[in-house]
Amino acid sequence: MVDEATKRTLAQIPLHKTKAGPRDGELWVQRLKEEYQTLIKYVQNNKEADNDWFRLESNTEGTRWFGKCWYIHELLKYQFDIEFDIPVTYPTTAPEIAIPELDGKTAKMYRGGKICLTDHFKPLWARNVPKFGIGHAMALGLGPWLAVEIPDLIQKGVISHAERAMNGAEDT
Amino acid sequence: METIESLKKRVQDLEAKLAEASKTITPQQMREKIGQMSSEVVDSNPYSRLMALKRMGIVDNYERIRDFTVAVVGVGGVGSVTAEMLTRCGIGKLLMFDYDKVELANMNRLFYQPHQAGLSKVEAAERTLREINPDVEFEVHNYNITTMENFQHFMKRISEGGLTGGPVDLVLSCVDNFEARMAINTACNEMGQTWIESGVSENAVSGHIQLIIPGETSCFACAPPLVVATNTDEKTLKREGVCAASLPTTMAVVAGFLVQNTLKYLLGFGQVTHYLGYNALQDFFPTMAMKPNPQCDENHCLRRQKLYKEQEAARPKEVVVEKKEEIIVHEENDWGIELMSETTEDELKAAEGEVPVLTEGVTVAYTKPEPPAQIQDEEISSTTEQSLEELMKQMKGL
Ligand SMILES: [Zn+2]
Repeated sequence: MVDEATKRTLAQIPLHKTKAGPRDGELWVQRLKEEYQTLIKYVQNNKEADNDWFRLESNTEGTRWFGKCWYIHELLKYQFDIEFDIPVTYPTTAPEIAIPELDGKTAKMYRGGKICLTDHFKPLWARNVPKFGIGHAMALGLGPWLAVEIPDLIQKGVISHAERAMNGAEDT
Repeated sequence: METIESLKKRVQDLEAKLAEASKTITPQQMREKIGQMSSEVVDSNPYSRLMALKRMGIVDNYERIRDFTVAVVGVGGVGSVTAEMLTRCGIGKLLMFDYDKVELANMNRLFYQPHQAGLSKVEAAERTLREINPDVEFEVHNYNITTMENFQHFMKRISEGGLTGGPVDLVLSCVDNFEARMAINTACNEMGQTWIESGVSENAVSGHIQLIIPGETSCFACAPPLVVATNTDEKTLKREGVCAASLPTTMAVVAGFLVQNTLKYLLGFGQVTHYLGYNALQDFFPTMAMKPNPQCDENHCLRRQKLYKEQEAARPKEVVVEKKEEIIVHEENDWGIELMSETTEDELKAAEGEVPVLTEGVTVAYTKPEPPAQIQDEEISSTTEQSLEELMKQMKGL
């Protein structure tokens, strides 16, 4: 279920107005501007709350997104590359966020390293079309996933901090 | 006299050749293409048992199967078996779309073999199917249909990939996710393409097929995703540590339903079912017909509905032989909504959206209230002075 902390985070992320996907020409540009505004606000909020945890950027068309997310466990920082495409049916369907480097390391992933979402995600997304955007997918999908899976993967020894550090986990 | 070195090398070469040969059959083993389907019952005729359907009075003209083109989207547990059945039935042309690779983790399902691990699913499928029936024409695409660049191409192949360069006769959705189903739905609504959606639940104990004729029957966006209720305690179905389970049995049953309905639709025999569910725990098979939702989110669905109404109005009245019970989507009704576990009171309230009238044993995955639930009022100002480039730069500079 959506916990209180996630709900509070969600409430601070601005909602979108334009219902447009990548096939909608000028309307998509409008939507893309909304997405960027939202993400900028969200990252700024995170920084202010001392809870900065991701960066994202896209290609010029706004159809392919990539960036980094990180998770602090026992004072150590674990960083991962993330990526996703905006589906043609966006925003009716949410983007499927992937962490390719963890593909095959956990059962809570679909092929290609797409994170497995909890049961509540899709209904909540469907009820909030077109208001929810990339920021909401991050807060509602990736955030809770990292909080559950990363400590588990560390504990199982599947990922180690040394390895993360070598992959450039220290520079942000 | 040959040296030991050269003999060793020769052994190595022969071993490599042998390994290669065991993977593919030699041209001698591959049968010749058959020009005309024959009903002759001889052990060398691969079509004799199918052509017997004519003699038995089930199908008028079985040979027509060779004139049809079917597109199978997703060749995983359901799609690969579907493609094999159609190949064995002698379908004219088969288009296959998938972006996945064969993995050992797929071996609990039918069709793919361990030695194919690492190959793209469409490539592995084409190789196997061509050997089974060289009369079938194959066209395969190894990509994800939901992204911008691939979707355009996907639409083009659906509209021009038929045997004679026209649209395919039927699209079969055998994908395993909501996004891809919605992409197929969008494409088919836009093109007026008839398709059959299929699915197996993530707990592997239920499945369904649904015939979608844009404008005439409910499209995939007309209602929230339908689920076959298996009456299992939700609490016992906690997905601890896994995304999805799968069984070869459930997948094969659904593939069987899908191809059976496909054959009936293409060859015009029996009744084509609009919706057929499969509850594997109770062995219950709910069926129903579904009309499109006049408030569907999809503009092209609404356009197709209008077109269909006009066509129906223009058609001379037929004598109704059998009145089919029609189930209308979008009527207010509080029939057993299956809500997600662990929802809060607020979410329960928010979930009181309209529930379509469905047959017993079928429900919706969730409801969508009208208007959608407000989380809060603060909406983004879409009249920013900043250009997209400036915003992108600002984001990068954070
Ligand atoms: Zn519709």
